[in-house]
Amino acid sequence: MSAPIHGLVLTGGRSRRMQRDKAALEYGGQPQLTRAMELIAPFVARSFISIRGDQQGEVQRAAYEGIVDVLPDLGPLGGIHAALHAQPQVAWLVLACDLPFLDAATLQQLIAERDPSSIVTAFRSSFDGKPEPLCAIWEPQAVAAVDAWIAGGSNCPRSLLSQGAVRLLTLRNPRALDNINTAGEYLAARGTLAPGARAGDAGSISLRVQYFAALRDQAGRSEETVATEARTPRELYEILRQRHGLKLRPEQLRVAINDDFADWNRPLCAGDSVVFLPPVAGG
Amino acid sequence: MSAFRFSSRPVDLAVLRAELADPACGGFAAFEGWVRNLNEGRTVQRLEYEAYEALALREGARIIAEARQRFDVPHILCVHRVGELQIGELAVWVGVSAPHRDEAFRACRFVIDEVKHRVPIWKKEHYLDGDSGWVNCERCAADAAPAHQHHSHSR
Repeated sequence: MSAPIHGLVLTGGRSRRMQRDKAALEYGGQPQLTRAMELIAPFVARSFISIRGDQQGEVQRAAYEGIVDVLPDLGPLGGIHAALHAQPQVAWLVLACDLPFLDAATLQQLIAERDPSSIVTAFRSSFDGKPEPLCAIWEPQAVAAVDAWIAGGSNCPRSLLSQGAVRLLTLRNPRALDNINTAGEYLAARGTLAPGARAGDAGSISLRVQYFAALRDQAGRSEETVATEARTPRELYEILRQRHGLKLRPEQLRVAINDDFADWNRPLCAGDSVVFLPPVAGG
Repeated sequence: MSAFRFSSRPVDLAVLRAELADPACGGFAAFEGWVRNLNEGRTVQRLEYEAYEALALREGARIIAEARQRFDVPHILCVHRVGELQIGELAVWVGVSAPHRDEAFRACRFVIDEVKHRVPIWKKEHYLDGDSGWVNCERCAADAAPAHQHHSHSR
């Protein structure tokens, strides 16, 4: 028998790029948090919000039952971790707070196509085909994978879903999970939500790139911060290759993310540190 | 101290050897890689080693753990130089002590081979004619040769 589903709306983000509280952003006169909680209610037995310790008592959030992060500074994965441990018998319908295009039909599809034997049921992004961890059902048995992922020093839920026993669904409404990170996207989305308007652009993320040896000489720098719409190291290298006139071809290189080897197609997360490794010559 | 490390100065081999001493070990094998004055027909004057240390230390430690398990040897140490080196200087040192010589030799060979292939360390050669180049990178970039040629002085 499958576990009952509770809802978890993530509100613990620091919204560094937006520079204001995403939960309070309004679309059609309603704060995003209120919208998300109303949208999720018909599909779950109970709903909760995920919050940081220092958000307890904040007025807008005080209206809902909260689950406080146990481990600080892990972002969305910290919220999911806290919920899985707080109520180990239930599955969690996890929802980011920045999905203004999300509709009930999409949640309906997620519930209907849920696979309780997987660790997570999630949609494939219509943008890059990778799993979307923040509109997904996390089963009770996901707790082991989450704990192991955190113990391994990673807090990127997208990367976790690229590896585990995950059920991936195709979105019937391909724009349903477009998200909002920067103030510019927020304004574009507000226009989009008016009848007949088009969906906004996909977001850009900030990454740190370090260069070594031949690539440092070619790039003329040893590191830089890059704001990019690239979602994989492969896409990122193509952009940097053109920008800096890098002469090494991707098939000559290896990739490291956050100081360990990684796949060329691993999803990039904001804040990742990326290195392209020229052919080595130690010894 | 970690069994794989970097040094920006010449290393004291007696000290490294002493770290591997063990009354239960009757065999000790070491490999030293030295800076050679010739590579691919060009006269080399000096060279520079550079490492991506955070990843290199991690991968180096993994190689040593693999070798310990694979050959069942108790003690392995590997030190790689970084920075500027002159001809004849020691660039890399691998030492293994074990109850018997066979596994010491084999583990030593395994570690140096894996280090050369897997650890993010790069070598820039400065030639007599004033030119310089990153080994394994310059020619590959120019003529689209395969990426993984592991030519080097210490082969």
